[in-house]
Order: sequence, then C-alpha cells, then structure tokens
Amino acid sequence: MIRSLHIAAKDLKAEFRTKQMLNSMVIFSLLVIVIFSVSFGDLLGDSKIVSQLAPGVLWIAFTFAGMLGLSRSFASELENGCLEGLKLCPVDRSAIYNGKAISNVVIMFLVELITIPLFAVMFNYNIQGLLGLAVVIVLGTIGFISVGTLLSALTVNTRTRELLLPILLLPVIIPVIIPAVLATGKILANGDISDISGELRLLLVYDIIFFVMAQLVFEYAIGD
Amino acid sequence: MENIVSIKSLSKAFGSHRVLKNIDLDIKKGEFITIFGPNGAGKTTLMKIMSTLVEPSAGSISIDGFNVKDDPVEIRKRIGSISHETYLYSELTAEENLRFFGRMYGMDKNHLDARVDELIEQVGLEYRSNDRVGTFSRGMKQRLSIARALIHEPSILFLDEPYTGLDQHAASTFENVLRGLDAQNTTKIMISHNIDRSLKMCDRVLILNNGKIVFDKLRHDVGSIDDFKATYESFVHE
Repeated sequence: MIRSLHIAAKDLKAEFRTKQMLNSMVIFSLLVIVIFSVSFGDLLGDSKIVSQLAPGVLWIAFTFAGMLGLSRSFASELENGCLEGLKLCPVDRSAIYNGKAISNVVIMFLVELITIPLFAVMFNYNIQGLLGLAVVIVLGTIGFISVGTLLSALTVNTRTRELLLPILLLPVIIPVIIPAVLATGKILANGDISDISGELRLLLVYDIIFFVMAQLVFEYAIGD
Repeated sequence: MENIVSIKSLSKAFGSHRVLKNIDLDIKKGEFITIFGPNGAGKTTLMKIMSTLVEPSAGSISIDGFNVKDDPVEIRKRIGSISHETYLYSELTAEENLRFFGRMYGMDKNHLDARVDELIEQVGLEYRSNDRVGTFSRGMKQRLSIARALIHEPSILFLDEPYTGLDQHAASTFENVLRGLDAQNTTKIMISHNIDRSLKMCDRVLILNNGKIVFDKLRHDVGSIDDFKATYESFVHE
C-alpha cells in the first residue's frame, strides 16, 4: 500500500507542476456547465426543473472530463519509457494500478469540487442534501475510476487510445452512471439520504467488483 | 568464480516467429559482458527476459539463484537497468526522481538520503539536482539514469544501447561512472552496436545472430577492434 501511495504522490506532484490534465478537465467541465446553463436559460428560475436537469448535467461533465484525464493517466508514463521503469521495480503490479487509481480519484474530486459550486451559481440553484450528494459522487467516482484506470492501462500502447478508451469505457460504466444519476436526482429533489439506499448499494457493489477485478487482471493489461 | 546468471535451453517465440533459439549462457559474478548483433537478432528480447519484463517460451533462467518465472520480484530487487530510454520523469527534479525510485525499492529514508547525495555527486549533477529533468541535455539524463539504476545497489546491471544519443564527452563520462562500479564487483551485461566503445569496456564478448549465440570469447582472446569488426562481419553476413 505504501508504494501505491508513493506512485500516487509522484503522479500528483507531476500533475500539479504541469496541470496538463487538471486544466483540460476543469475547462471541459466548466464549458459543459456554461453551455447547459445558456441552453436552459429560460428554465433556471424554477428550482424543481433545475433539480431534474442537474443530475444529467453534472454527470455528463464528470464523465467526459474524467475520460480526458484517464486518457492521459498512463500515457504520461510512456514518456522516457517510465512505465517500463516502473515495471522493473520490485513491486506488485497491483500497486501500480492502485497508485494510478488514487491519483486519478484525487484529480477527479478536485474537478468535481470546482464544478459543483459553478453549477450552483450558473443555474442559480440552492443545492440541498450536500452530504448525500457527496456520498453519491464519491461512490460514483470510485467506480468510474476503478474501471477507467484499468482500461486506460489496457489502451495505452495503442495508437488510437484517445478514441479507443471512450469506446471501451462508456458501455462498461453504464451500471455506475445510471444509479449515480438516479441517486443525484433523488437527493437534489428532497435531500433525504435514506431514499437512495438502493442506488448506493448498487454503486458500492459495482465499486467492489471492479476494484477486485482490476487487481486480478491489471498484470495482463500492462504486460508486453 | 560463481555464476550469477545461468541460462539453460532458452527459447522465445512471438507467434510463429522464433526470436531466441535454445540459448545456453553462464555469466560469472563481476563479469562485464557485451552482446553484439544485428537488428532483430534477439538481443533486446534476451535482456527483457533476464530483467523479468518478458516471459520465456521454453528453458530456464536463474539470476542470483532465483528463477525468472517463479521469483520475478526477488530478481527485480537485484537488477538495475539502463536503456536508451532513461525511465525518468521529466516533471520531477533529478533528486525527486532518485527518491521516487529508491522508495519503490523499499529503501529506508536515511539510507536513501545518503545514497541520493552520493550518486548525484558520482554522476556530476550536484549543481542541477533540484532542476527538473525535462530541462536536462541527453547526456545529463543518461548520467542521471545511471544513478537511478544504481540507487538500490544492484548486483547486476543491464545496459541496453546506453550510447544512443550520447556525444563523445557524454559517452566518456558515462564510461567513467561505469568503471567506478568495478570496486563493487557489479556484473554488467550490455547490448550495443558501438563496437569501438563497447569493446574497450568489457571483458567478455558475445555475438547473437538470428536468435543464437554464434560467438563467445574473452576480450583478450578477441584481438584488436579491427580484428573483431572483421569477425563480427563474418558471422553476421555469412
């Protein structure tokens, strides 16, 4: 575990210096919010309608911004052959996966932390049930990153990885996006976390399945 | 002297293409071996198998008593690799790169601190230790990549085309650092196309052609560089 944290710390240090991934993810996410707020300009006064629009808008922003980041996650290791350098270290392959997943989750959380307040401002919306929303976003993000990090490693050596990653990832993350969107809608509508226990259970099961599966198959995903 | 690398009947095929064919090779502790051969001879595949990055199709390799198939993690603790790729992170400083790899090898903080200072000095990069690697010249990166490969004091050093992209001065500095390892009895296995430079460094020479070892002699039995070039041509173009 400690070596996974070292890998994550290395990734985050490099990312915060260049901000290559973070900038593109934040800009994309903000662009989505701005475009939707302009498109639905006439409806923004009605908080009931906004709470129906919000889940879709937010998860579109999170998902596609996340894909931008994931496509860079392992690609950055290709420069100077760093991925091979990591593979030569005496660490379990799953430590590399865990380190990458941790740094991806941290970056996604940062993007989400910036996106949500902007959404509230642009849509003139008072978000209720923040704790419940945070739980949904955390579980949804972990599920998304668990499978996204694995597929990012799988596609990193292909020439068309930017194209291939969304094609592979989108169908696989539907089971996490649907409960996340439904739970976000319910929590924004009435703010009661007990209403979303079914969706939370689904998200949790999905997270566990993909996290465990990734540990088992990651070695083959980055093999020569 | 005891063998540190022992290769028995090693073969490797990618699909129907056989890259390595029934190779037997023993390497003694402290030896400096250079493997020459044309492109596609199987040199890099052989080195990748020895460094646990690729699994053999048949045969066995033991390194320092550990089998590559059964104990890859134990082998990785004992080897260092220098390649034409530097394995360095451009956004991190020289010192941060060394610290990161040291932590990957499980080194404790005090030992790592001392080792980083020692290696940075050894490769002559004290004045740039806090600069990002992305701002370094090719020669400086290659010197730092030696420090990275040696951070955990490996008993075997693999060098895959280490002269690629180095000018005369950088290549000489690189060789001085390698000579500095002689006192530690580090085994060095190098792949190279640069006969002039590599032949001067090693004490045993191999030629690999078409997946087979076709020549294996001690350096002092090889003769002059020109003699060896003629020998090499005769094996490669026969």
